[in-house]
Amino acid sequence: MDQQLVNAIFIGSIYALFAVGYTLVFGILDILNLAHSAVFMLGAAITYSLALNHGLTFWVACVLGIAASAVMGLVIEHVCLRPLRRRQAPPIAALISTIGLALVIVAAVEQGKGGSLFVWLWVDGANSVAFPSGTFPNPVWHIGDLTLESSKVVIIPISIALMLVLGYVMRYTQVGRGLRAVAENPRAARLMGVDVDRMISLTLVISSALGGLAGILFGAALGDISPYIGRDNVEVRGLAVIVLGGMGSIPGAVIGGYLLGLVEILAVVTFGSSVRGGVAFAALFLLLILRPQGLFGTRLRERI
Amino acid sequence: MDFFINLISDPVGFWNSNTLLIAQIGINAMIATSMFLVLYSGQLSLAAPGFMAVGAYTSVLMSLYWHTPLALNIAAGVLLAGVLGLLVGLPVLRLRGVFLAIATIGFIEALRLGVILNVPITGEGLGLKNPDADPLGGVSVILSSLVVVVFLVWRLTKGRLGHAWSAIRQDEIAALSQGIDVARYKMIAFILSAVIAGYAGALEAHLNFFVDPGDAQYGVTRAVQVLTFAVLGGSGYVLGPVVGALIITLLPEIFREAGDYINVLSGIFLIAVIVFRPQGIVGRGGLALVRPAWWPRARVRAASPG
Repeated sequence: MDQQLVNAIFIGSIYALFAVGYTLVFGILDILNLAHSAVFMLGAAITYSLALNHGLTFWVACVLGIAASAVMGLVIEHVCLRPLRRRQAPPIAALISTIGLALVIVAAVEQGKGGSLFVWLWVDGANSVAFPSGTFPNPVWHIGDLTLESSKVVIIPISIALMLVLGYVMRYTQVGRGLRAVAENPRAARLMGVDVDRMISLTLVISSALGGLAGILFGAALGDISPYIGRDNVEVRGLAVIVLGGMGSIPGAVIGGYLLGLVEILAVVTFGSSVRGGVAFAALFLLLILRPQGLFGTRLRERI
Repeated sequence: MDFFINLISDPVGFWNSNTLLIAQIGINAMIATSMFLVLYSGQLSLAAPGFMAVGAYTSVLMSLYWHTPLALNIAAGVLLAGVLGLLVGLPVLRLRGVFLAIATIGFIEALRLGVILNVPITGEGLGLKNPDADPLGGVSVILSSLVVVVFLVWRLTKGRLGHAWSAIRQDEIAALSQGIDVARYKMIAFILSAVIAGYAGALEAHLNFFVDPGDAQYGVTRAVQVLTFAVLGGSGYVLGPVVGALIITLLPEIFREAGDYINVLSGIFLIAVIVFRPQGIVGRGGLALVRPAWWPRARVRAASPG
């Protein structure tokens, strides 16, 4: 049980890091970026590929993996969102364009194998791979009957530090004020001299970099990197987390991430592993009916 | 390309060799029409795969255990889907936009992961064998049902009900202030959509000898796919979702030459269509011009219709 509680905190940190990026975009654009889970996967896949197939040092590969995720954020904005915004398309159109981009990213990685166009990106096709031990230092500590691997432990300070930095930037800096102004009312923000398009690009870059980092941490700690880790692990859970915390709320997403980690572990301990997904979704359904603004949200956003 | 050449040069042979694909297009178009109803009344509900599962499992279980006639089984599945639509609709229809979407995702996954995969009678994760299936015989029933369903839904959108739905979609508060019983009309659309999805699910179950409780069948993946049919095809017109279902179901045939890269091209195709025609394929207006920010802006802009 204690060991499972510790695991709940590790996986909760990853959910939180992933969901912070998700909720940041929703908070500012009122759009669900459904390509976010593909960026999560891409971060992990590129880092693995750079370190193992292109012979870079693990740390350099990590930095480049995060950078590639950030660039993906720019692609999302320029290909999927900005043209639709120019046309004043209904927000539902942006759902479809980000779904399309997610399909492209996952399919490209999936097809990455010997002799393919995407062999530079990934060589293991649809298989799941793990970093071989020794790629990065990973001492294991034993406290009582708990086993703590440093690759998992390190997730917690990284997540918390990043979320604190993000919270500081949002609250106290000029950029943060600009972002919050765009979230409140893009037209008024533009009239006040805020470069709205640049703020939105910045949001997607930050969001995608965090998503990619969450993917790298997930891949390194759980030893599971495949084209499907985004879809199977965080796509719908990410939605659950941002609803739990209140759509658009960064602290809410952090608490929601840890809460979902705990709820899932408790469900597994109480009812057995077969109901894990079912319980989480039933809880999501009930929560939305009883408290649609989320556990910590104060106001309800009504645009899509 | 052979696929389309064959369609024109040898329609009978084409029909015979692609019956299953045509049946699947019919099913998908029917589910897309169910999605159209909720979107047309301003509700972003992704519940359709849940109601399909209810229709499918009810009809197959009845034929397995009670050996009742097919028509009765399907009717029971449809009825149960409608009743469940009412029960689910009562709480969730108070939600709007993306909240409704997420709540309905919660519903379909709680049904699939929580109930279907844990109740012994449904075969749990292994799925159900359906020895009475008739993969090739169903196609005429499916296509004629599709025509009837689309016609009925089209008639509904032209009547009192349709005007109420349109008003609610455009501005719910304004509709309410005009004396439209918003809750009632939304509920009617939701239940009708559940009934159509239940019917399509029951028909689909009789195309295969096996009912598969996977994500691509009754889970989020299916829900997102159905939403794509409706939005890409154009959710303002009844025929839009049907066209969307037709094109997206045929994408693997359209991009067959691309071999391994079918999914990459399909994704690019989706993005291109929605960027150039945000209103969907069927609908007013021409292609959207996508102009980079540095491109010089034309001096005079013609007034755009609609």
